[in-house]
Amino acid sequence: MAHSQVTVTEHAEAHNPALRHHFADEQQQKNAASLGMWLFLVTEIMFFGGMFCAYLVYRLAHFNAFAAGSQQLNIYLGAINTAVLLVSSVTVVLAVKAAEARKRKQLVSFIVVTILLGLVFLGIKAKEYTDKFEDHYVPGATFHFDKPFDDNGKQIPVSSNAAQLFFSLYFAMTGMHALHMIIGCGLFTVLGVLAWKGHYTSGYFTPIENAGLYWHLVDIIWIYLFPLLYLISRHS
Amino acid sequence: MASEAIANPEPKTNYLTNGYGLKSWLLTTDHKRIALLYLISVTIFFFLGGFFAMLIRLELLTPQGDLMQADTYNKVFTMHGMIMVFFFLIPVVPAVLGNFLVPIMIGAKDLAFPRINLLSWYLYVIGGILILHCMLTGGVDTGWTFYTPFSTAFTNTKIIEAGLAVFVAGFSSIFTGLNFIVTIHRMRAPGLTWDRLPLFLWANYATSLIMILGTPVVAITIVLVAVERLFHLGVFDPKLGGDPLLFQHLFWFYSHPAVYIMILPSMGVISELITCFSRKRVFGYKFVALSSIAIAVIGFLVWAHHMFVAGISLYAAMIFSFLTFFVGVPSAVKVFNWTATLYKGSISYTTPMLYAFGFIGLFTIGGLTGLFLATLGIDVHVTDTYFVVAHFHYVMVGGVVMGYLGGMHFWWPKISGRMYPEAWAKLSALLVFVGFNLTFFPQFILGYIGMPRRYWQYPPEFQVLNVLSTAGASVLAVGYLLPMIYFLWSLRYGPIAEANPWNAAGLEWKTSSPPPTFNFDETPVVTWEAYNYDEIPPKELEVPVGS
Amino acid sequence: MSGQVDALYIYLLFVAAVMTALIFLAVTVLAIKYRRKPGVEAHQIEGSTILEIGWSVIPFGVMLTFFIWGAVLYFKERTPPADATEVYVVAKQWMWKIEHMEGQREINELHVPVGQNVKLIMTSQDVIHSFYIPAFRIKQDVLPGRYTTLWFKATKPGHYHLFCAEYCGTMHSGMGGDIVVMDPQAYAQWAAAGASAALHDTGKQLFLSLGCASCHRSDVQGRGPNLAGIFDKPVLLQDGRTVTADDNYLRESILDPTAKIVSGFKPVMPTFQGLVDEEQLNALVAYIKSLSPPAPGTAALQNAPAGAQYGNTQQQ
Repeated sequence: MAHSQVTVTEHAEAHNPALRHHFADEQQQKNAASLGMWLFLVTEIMFFGGMFCAYLVYRLAHFNAFAAGSQQLNIYLGAINTAVLLVSSVTVVLAVKAAEARKRKQLVSFIVVTILLGLVFLGIKAKEYTDKFEDHYVPGATFHFDKPFDDNGKQIPVSSNAAQLFFSLYFAMTGMHALHMIIGCGLFTVLGVLAWKGHYTSGYFTPIENAGLYWHLVDIIWIYLFPLLYLISRHS
Repeated sequence: MASEAIANPEPKTNYLTNGYGLKSWLLTTDHKRIALLYLISVTIFFFLGGFFAMLIRLELLTPQGDLMQADTYNKVFTMHGMIMVFFFLIPVVPAVLGNFLVPIMIGAKDLAFPRINLLSWYLYVIGGILILHCMLTGGVDTGWTFYTPFSTAFTNTKIIEAGLAVFVAGFSSIFTGLNFIVTIHRMRAPGLTWDRLPLFLWANYATSLIMILGTPVVAITIVLVAVERLFHLGVFDPKLGGDPLLFQHLFWFYSHPAVYIMILPSMGVISELITCFSRKRVFGYKFVALSSIAIAVIGFLVWAHHMFVAGISLYAAMIFSFLTFFVGVPSAVKVFNWTATLYKGSISYTTPMLYAFGFIGLFTIGGLTGLFLATLGIDVHVTDTYFVVAHFHYVMVGGVVMGYLGGMHFWWPKISGRMYPEAWAKLSALLVFVGFNLTFFPQFILGYIGMPRRYWQYPPEFQVLNVLSTAGASVLAVGYLLPMIYFLWSLRYGPIAEANPWNAAGLEWKTSSPPPTFNFDETPVVTWEAYNYDEIPPKELEVPVGS
Repeated sequence: MSGQVDALYIYLLFVAAVMTALIFLAVTVLAIKYRRKPGVEAHQIEGSTILEIGWSVIPFGVMLTFFIWGAVLYFKERTPPADATEVYVVAKQWMWKIEHMEGQREINELHVPVGQNVKLIMTSQDVIHSFYIPAFRIKQDVLPGRYTTLWFKATKPGHYHLFCAEYCGTMHSGMGGDIVVMDPQAYAQWAAAGASAALHDTGKQLFLSLGCASCHRSDVQGRGPNLAGIFDKPVLLQDGRTVTADDNYLRESILDPTAKIVSGFKPVMPTFQGLVDEEQLNALVAYIKSLSPPAPGTAALQNAPAGAQYGNTQQQ
């Protein structure tokens, strides 16, 4: 990363080694990193937004089939996953706080717990996907759906084609979300190693904060996915 | 005094001489070197896209499809479109001129995230390699718009690889935009308030907003197409009750704002050129600055004007038609303000200024023909014909490329430390202007008399206009090749440029040509308005006025 | 209608030419008049809010005239007259299949009588195509999975180009054809020469052979709704929604019967997706439409069932 072959060894004043030289001061660097991360989160919202848009259009056009498909999802596993993610967001906040307080071991512990919770989420997701595969709810040649929409006791039969649309969106949206979870776990693994080596307990912990923001966003996306996919018309 | 130099005008090293060897370039985080890396790669893709254009125009010399097979032709126009849109037009001005100039114009040492800047170039290159590989191993034949269900269920060309290439290049675009927004918000020099920003920065800021908000939508659209092809998650499949029109909505939601990504930075360039070469502050600075933001915002509300005959409802069509007229107003405002800037100016006819004049003329025509397309009753007839092809080439080539070339000539001394040969440059500008009009004006007529686009063969009555168009394209090609040659020539033999050869306003002219690696020895403190030409005397004339 | 499109076009052309000339002129004159002269300095002008408002509002006002005229034309283009003769079009890679109501079938050619409103009901067998008649200044994309419509009234006999205007693969540029507009007598002769079973008769045969008649009866309450008189009327569905029984509804109900089940009926209708092709679908839809009274002004179809009796009971 050669900015210059001539190394500048003298500084006008001492500063945190994490300060990059194109910034005027640490505050500017922190502000820049923060704004940059929020902008990146906006791109993620727009990215998922396309799929939410498809969901909106097709749910309006095929409500019964969507409700029928939704009623076949495992609401208990989904709820557990929701709780798991919410707790993991708490551990992320605690990790950031530990970094700010310069407590290395605490920071690493909270990162590890976060990753473990993330893995629990992914494990439960894998179980759900396996169940769907066995039920023949995976779109494609093997798809078969003949369950009705239970509308408060009234059984309304639905179009199998439209149910396949629901499940296509289910797999696309939760799959993309799971991919982001995997990336998040990977990010925190790297940060966990660096934190254990003491990188983030000297007052500079922007990467922890930013990774935390990412994790929170992925969590919030799930908070939307859960009711939209699992809770359509579950009055009883 | 306002025009004091802030950096040593004759430093011992500049960004070009500060480190030699491949590693110092390929691992650089200097925004100026990254801009040059982009310049090289973008130029390669421009000529590749131009090569495909040449093949298209050659095939269209005769009504029959006799130069190549239909499938080959379909791949050629697809690749022409994909390369020009995703690998040339979208990155060119922001990644080349923007990367080079944004930090300097802001008074900063670099962009906010230099390593992400380098990453964004590598993503562009990876996307570029993927698209090249895709082309060499069969290519795609869906048109750059890859509509479903043709792209999801009927073509057996390499959609996923091409989609991946565009997806990766899209991230390059997102990171560039992210970098610009943070830099402009957080790293302005002291005293450089928003209302003192050069218009090139306002333009790039607005462009970056679109890059951030729009690109992810085309990214997810590509993912959904890939997922439908690979895993049969048939989100767009009509046999399942899916809607092929949903694809079009998602696609155009990005691809319409994308054209504003292409034009806005060029418009920013024009503001710089017109002010410098009329020696005047731009007329209506606030309005020109805010019109960029207006275009970016309203540009997100008009996408379905690409779908008036696609099967959308009558009422949706009317709403989008109305909004499309609305987005034309800020563009018109810019043209009027630039023209008014000429009034009581002191105008020089340098090459950059000639390109600026060319831009105003051609963008006016391109923009006005956009109004034809916004008009519902007319669009039904001319959509999907050569009228649309002519319209977008007028704004993209007559607009974006003219602005880009004008900017390249204007900032070439700053970038390279050398001057280009003025006579050859003026000749090229003329060839580009004449060649361009000869190529694309006949296409308006072709479209209105009924020639559809993406046609490998056509009825004989369309031949004369096609031949005219191909003739123009050959002139245009020469006009584009010449700068390649003389810019390279100038690196070795061009006269050495001084720090401010145009006596222009702007922080970039207060540092040496080429600038030192860190741009400024000390952070400048800005106490003057933008385009303070009342305080900067013009260059002494050596050449007779009006040459 | 094409004359009206041309009139609008000429109006826009005029305004655009004037604007272009004004800008070109302004730039040229200003560039020359204010070219750099030694000793003469540029005059800094900040701007003029009045001018900005003026040259925003006035062009927008002019643009509104474009919008209104264009929207009115578009509205007319997308509102077929009730008395239009219907013709079915099925697009496929890479040809146009035309089915007239009286049974004439054409490939890449559409014969119509002059002076008659013609409404095309179009669908695609595969990818998106677009039906484009430059001479009539009309175009409409043709989609798989649904019907789109296009209407026109030819005013001059002759041959006119038909093009596919939405890229659809290898022979997109070869998917052309001919609109043949004939004098009424010539058309009648042509129609008689190519006559075969009327489309709705073909549909009726299919209705019987596919077993539709066993559930959809008009004499007694069958397992399926009585189809007499339902076309373009509102239908109450099982989940409480009300939809209109238009072309697309009939089509969807044959291919995906559980999508919109009529209130009070059980979901026992099997799907016919894969069992009928687009042309057979058109025939069936035409037959079901023939069981409803024709729109006011439409000439009654030849051989149309006199009343609402249909099914496998005594019929010709």
